[in-house]
Amino acid sequence: MNAQAPALRDPRLNSLEPLTPPLGDGGFFQRDRSIHPPAHAPGYKSSVLRSPRQSLLSLENSVSEITGPVFGHNDLGPLDNDLIRNYARDGDPVGERIIVHGRVLDETGRGVPNTLVEFWQANAGGRYRHKKDTYLAPVDPNFGGCGRALTDDTGYYYFRTVKPGPYPWRNYVNSWRPAHIHFSVFGSGFAQRLITQMYFEGDPLIPVCPILTTIPDKDALDRLVAPLDLNASTPFDSLAYRFDIVLRGQRSTYFENRTAGN
Amino acid sequence: MPQPLNYLKETASQTAGPYVHIGLIPAMAGFDIFEKNFSNVLTTPNTEGERITLEGKVLDGAGTPLRDVLLEIWQANASGRYNHPADRSAGALEQEFRGWGRAGSDFESALVTFETIKPGAILDKAGRTCAPHINVWIVARGINIGLNTRLYFSDEEAANAADPVLNLIEQPARRSTLIAKRSERAGKVVYSFTIHLQGPEETVFFDV
Repeated sequence: MNAQAPALRDPRLNSLEPLTPPLGDGGFFQRDRSIHPPAHAPGYKSSVLRSPRQSLLSLENSVSEITGPVFGHNDLGPLDNDLIRNYARDGDPVGERIIVHGRVLDETGRGVPNTLVEFWQANAGGRYRHKKDTYLAPVDPNFGGCGRALTDDTGYYYFRTVKPGPYPWRNYVNSWRPAHIHFSVFGSGFAQRLITQMYFEGDPLIPVCPILTTIPDKDALDRLVAPLDLNASTPFDSLAYRFDIVLRGQRSTYFENRTAGN
Repeated sequence: MPQPLNYLKETASQTAGPYVHIGLIPAMAGFDIFEKNFSNVLTTPNTEGERITLEGKVLDGAGTPLRDVLLEIWQANASGRYNHPADRSAGALEQEFRGWGRAGSDFESALVTFETIKPGAILDKAGRTCAPHINVWIVARGINIGLNTRLYFSDEEAANAADPVLNLIEQPARRSTLIAKRSERAGKVVYSFTIHLQGPEETVFFDV
């Protein structure tokens, strides 16, 4: 499996970095829907009644789409990116200690700075801390299962957690989710808003997951699989996985060349 | 072979799943973890503008309301200004009003509510006036990629009739799927909406 192939290449090292001229309309690059799962994907049964059947109406980006909420460090608490400690009651949670880290980039390869990344997951036994989850695996008293981080000025983020476990779910009678972490990312404009899931290199449940296989493009699926990043691991403490996230690129705006207020 | 362009590909979307609350609204999942939480209340006591409640449901193709859906809204303030550096319009910026909120549907009633203000009109790039509207983003179990739609206001008939986005909708009957209906309840202004994911009354969703 070609896990995260484009992600491991630092885009700044390309001899030809994609550029956009400073004459644009500020709109985002058109979304390539061929790499996303279709709304109606019958193998994932819940999508059947929850998928629009009319064509989406294509909308040239206006100020409503190129703007979006701005977050700052004041929105976060000091333990928000430490899932090993942010719900600990009488000790650390059970499970493999891991670091998840990477960059939020846009399609031109530039880091997306100061953007909010939120994540949530099941515990090491595959059980969610959620009042609607009834799976028989136990809740871990020291694990909440959620956190958030703000990317730095290069788009980098990281957090610490335990590796989530796989769990069964109602789709076919014997459907199991591969171990995964849910990610929510904002970007700079509301049209970049994205929710996705990160999977772990080598998980044998990946090719048989009815949710993952809604993605029609093999490379796009592989880009959701985080490779083990031994260089970023902490000896005698935590393994590390690298997960880069790419949001839509954006054309420049006229405004950038104008004096403020003009 | 021409020179390579070397654009990266956008990361593929995946469903938010049934337990989206854990990460985005942990109180709804049944626990308290963050010092500061995001919510469905966009206003502070200082916010300018008419206080409104947005209240609605999201229905599936069988007409059943979703009880595990999450909505986010993004809107301009009462002067028509978004709290974002890319908005260079003339309206007064209010730093305290972020203009964004999120809400999960109630597990029993399926209602989604927001407490906010009615936004002002904005101008599009061509200088045309756009009717006041609120941008909506919808995720849930069974929704593979977030759905974008808008809410307009039933008491803005003239502005809605001239709105360049509403007028892009080829079938006039479908424009009404985006109009929230104004009413008053116990002295509060409520705008009600129903989002149909599918079926004869399917809401207009946008590829933004």
